[in-house]
Amino acid sequence: MRIELEKRPRVSGLFSVVSPLLALALTLAFGALMFSLLGKDPMDALYSFFVEPLLEVWSLHELAIKAAPLILIAVGLSVCFRSNNWNIGAEGQFTMGAIAGSILPVMNPEWHSPMILPLMLVMGMIGGALYAGIPALLKTRFNTNEILTSLMLVYIAQLYLDWLTRGPWRDPQGYNFPQTKAFVTEAVLPEILASGRAHWAFIFAILAAIAVWFMMRFMLKGFEVSVLGQSERAGRFAGFSARRMVWFSMLLSGALAGLAGISEVSGSIGHLQPIISPGYGFTAIIVAFLGRLNPLGIIAAGLVLALTYLGGEAAQLSIGISDKVARVFQGLLLFFVLSCDTLIHYRIRLIFAGAKPEARG
Amino acid sequence: MTVSEGPAAVPLLSVRGLTKLFGNFAACDAIELDVAAGEIHALLGENGAGKSTLVKMLFGVLEPTAGQILWNGAPVTIRSPGEARRLGIGMVFQHFSLFEALTVAENIALSLDPRISLSKISDEAASLSKAYGLPLDPKAHVADLSVGERQRIEIVRALLQNPSLIILDEPTSVLTPQEADRLFETLFKLKAEGRSVLYISHRLEEVRRICDRATVLRHGKVRGACDPKQETPASLARMMVGSDVAEVHRDETAKLGDVQIEMDSLSVAARTPFAVSLKNISMKVRAGEILAIAGVAGNGQGELFDVLSGEYPVADDNAIRLRGRPVGRLGINGRRLLGAGFVPEERHGHAAVAAMPLSDNLLLARSQSDKRAFLTGGGMSIIRQDAVRSATRRICEAMDVRKSGEDPQAGSLSGGNLQKFIVGRELDRQPAVLVVNQPTWGVDAGAASHIRQALIDLAKAGSAVVVISQDLDEIFEVATSIAVISEGRLSKSYPAGELTLERIGLMMGGIHESHSIPETAHAH
Repeated sequence: MRIELEKRPRVSGLFSVVSPLLALALTLAFGALMFSLLGKDPMDALYSFFVEPLLEVWSLHELAIKAAPLILIAVGLSVCFRSNNWNIGAEGQFTMGAIAGSILPVMNPEWHSPMILPLMLVMGMIGGALYAGIPALLKTRFNTNEILTSLMLVYIAQLYLDWLTRGPWRDPQGYNFPQTKAFVTEAVLPEILASGRAHWAFIFAILAAIAVWFMMRFMLKGFEVSVLGQSERAGRFAGFSARRMVWFSMLLSGALAGLAGISEVSGSIGHLQPIISPGYGFTAIIVAFLGRLNPLGIIAAGLVLALTYLGGEAAQLSIGISDKVARVFQGLLLFFVLSCDTLIHYRIRLIFAGAKPEARG
Repeated sequence: MTVSEGPAAVPLLSVRGLTKLFGNFAACDAIELDVAAGEIHALLGENGAGKSTLVKMLFGVLEPTAGQILWNGAPVTIRSPGEARRLGIGMVFQHFSLFEALTVAENIALSLDPRISLSKISDEAASLSKAYGLPLDPKAHVADLSVGERQRIEIVRALLQNPSLIILDEPTSVLTPQEADRLFETLFKLKAEGRSVLYISHRLEEVRRICDRATVLRHGKVRGACDPKQETPASLARMMVGSDVAEVHRDETAKLGDVQIEMDSLSVAARTPFAVSLKNISMKVRAGEILAIAGVAGNGQGELFDVLSGEYPVADDNAIRLRGRPVGRLGINGRRLLGAGFVPEERHGHAAVAAMPLSDNLLLARSQSDKRAFLTGGGMSIIRQDAVRSATRRICEAMDVRKSGEDPQAGSLSGGNLQKFIVGRELDRQPAVLVVNQPTWGVDAGAASHIRQALIDLAKAGSAVVVISQDLDEIFEVATSIAVISEGRLSKSYPAGELTLERIGLMMGGIHESHSIPETAHAH
C-alpha cells in the first residue's frame, strides 16, 4: 500500500476550518497518550492542564499576560512570513526591545515623570526594530539567509542581557542577585482591571492585531505584502520592491517584538533579569501559523498557546510533572497544524499495491 | 524487426482505451492509437489537448488510470522510462534534460550503463551522428551549443538505445526553419530503416509535409485520424479546434505617426550566468506600427522585455525613450504613467499571481496607473474593491474571458483565458505603447486569433506595439515591420513585406550558423 497526496482542484473550504481543530484534537490525543505513559491518569492530567487554568479569575489574568507578547510578536511575524521573509529571531528582538526600553528607568532611577513610560515603549520598539534591521541589512546587501542570521542574533541578545544584568546594570543593593533596580512606579505598565495583574500589553496586542488585519485586508500595502510573498517576479512587475519589503516586514516585526519585550519587563517583571522570556519569540512562530497568518486568528491562537504555558505550571504543581510538558505540547501542536494544513491543498489517497495493472499485464 | 506490410500487419504500438485521470479531470479519455512500423505518425492537438500526457504514459513517466498498451500485439505495462527503453521506445522531450557544464559525450553517458567507457560512447555517438546527418562534436561543452545542437544530443542519446519507436515532443518549437529541415531529413532516414516516429506538434504545415498519418486529439479525446497530405491546413485546424478559427484582419494601409519607443545602442550585461547580455540594441517604433521581434527562445527576448518594461532599469537615462521622454532609469510604474502597457511571457508568477483572484491581478498591473480610480487618497491607500471588481468584469466581457464564478483565482483559468485577461488588462487602458512578449505562447487557437486581432486593432487606433514572438506565423499575421534578435543582438527592422521566411530563418540562426558550419564539415 502506498499513500498518495493528490492536489485538490481548488482550496478546500471545509478543511480550512477543520484543519486547526483537527490539529488541536490530535494534539490532545497524543498528549493523553504521553500522560498515560508517564503513569498519570490522562483525563485528570488533561483537565488540570487545559481546564483548571480557565476556572479562576487570577489565572485568566495570567492567561492575558502570557497571551499578550505571543500575539504582539506573532502579528509582526505574520507580515514577515506572508512576504516570504523568515524572521526566526523574534526572541532576540524581544530581548533587545526590553533592554532598549529599560535604559531610562535603569540609568535614571530617580526620574519620576509621566513621560517615562511612553518613552520606554517607543525606545523598546526602536530597539527591537534596529535589531531586526541587522538581518534585513545582511539580506539586502549580502544576500544572506535571514533564517540563520536572525536566529543566531537571538543568542547574542540573550548573552548581552545576561552580561548587563550581572555586570554594569546590576543593582548594587540587590544582595548580589543578577538583576537591575526595580523600576519606579511611573515606569511600570498599569493594570487594565482592578481584579488582577493583566496589564496594558494585552490591549496593545489586540490593537496591533486589528491594525495589521486592516492593513492586510484593505490597504495597498497589505496587497504588496501578499504579492511579493507569493511571487517576487510578479511583485517586480507590479512595481513593488522586494528589497524594501524585507526592510518593512523585518522592522515592523522587530518593533512589535520590541514592544512586547519592554511591556513584559515593565508590566510583568518590574526590572531586568537574565531570563525574561519563556521562549515567547519562538512560541509566537507556532501562534502565527496556528492563526493561519491572519492577525485575528492569531489572537485566538495566542490564547491557546498561552494556555499551554499556564497548564505547564499547573501540571507541575498539581500532578507533579515537569513543566517541559508545555514545550512538548507546543511542539505537537505546531507539528499537527502544519501537517493538517496539507489537507487544505491536497487530498489523501490510499493506493493498494498497484494490483490492478499487474493483474492485467 | 518486422517489415511494414501496410495497415493489415500487427501495428508496432497499439493503444486501447488509455485513460489518465487527474482528480476528476480526464487529461486522456479512452485514447485509441495505432502506430505501424516504419511510419511517421503525427499526434496533433492544441495546447492542453492531452498529447504530452499520452506520451508520458507511453514512456512510463505517468501511470495510466485505465486502458492498455500493446507492443507488437502483446500487452505490456510500462512502469518506468527504463522499461520503455528496454522495449525499444526512445523519447526526445520538449524541454531538454542536459547538464550545461558537461560535454556532449558525458551527457550521453549519464543515460547509459555506467560500465561503458566514455571513449566508446564518444565513438558510437560520433558514428551515429554521422550516419543520421546530426553533426555533433562529442567533446564540446553543452553550454556552448545552440538549441538545435542540444536537440541533436537528445536524439543521438535516444538512438544509441536502438529504438524501434522514437517519440518527439514539439521538436521544432525551438528550431529555426533551416534547423527544422535538417531534422526532417534525419526523420526520413529513420523511417527508411523501418523505425517508427511518433511526432507531436501543433504546426500543421510541417505535419502535412512529413507525416504519413495523423491522430487528432481534442480535450483528451481522439477526434479523428487522417492522412495529413490529403488535408488542408484549414481542415486540420478545424479538427484540432473543433470550430473554424476566426481569421485575423488587417488594414494594409496603416498611417504611421510619431516615434513612440526609441532605443539607442543599449548594451546591458547579463544579470546571471545563464542570462543573455544585450548588445548594442537600437530600435524605433512609431505610432500605428507593430514591430515584431522574431528569434529562437533564449536569445535575449526576456532581457529585452525587462529593460523595455523598466523592471530592470538601465544606467543611461537616454538609452530608452518613451514618447520622447528619456526613461532608462525610470521604473515600470513610471513608464506605465507615461502611457505604456506591458505583457510578460510567463503568465504564472510574473504577469499574474495564480493564487490570487482576477481582481487582485488587475490591481497588480494598474495600482499606480489607475491610482485615482482604484485607491482612496491620503496616506492609507485603501483599495476600492468595487471599482476594481467592476473593471475586472469590464475586461472579462471585452476579451470574452471564460471563467467559473464571479472573481475566480487566476490559476483556475485555462492558459488562453488567462492570457486574454492579461492582455485585456492593458488594452483596457488604451495604452499608447504596448510591449508584449510571446502573446500567444501555449494559448489555444481561438484565443490566439482574438489576441492578435486585439493587437492589430490597438495599433490601428494609433498605439505603438512591440511583439516579441517565436511564432513566425504569428509574426507574419500581425507585424507591420520585423526585426530579429539573436544572441542578444537586434537586427535592423524591415517592413513586413520585404522579408521571406527563409531570410528570417537565416537571421534567427545568426552567429550560431556560421559557428556550426565548420563543425558540420568536420563531421562529414
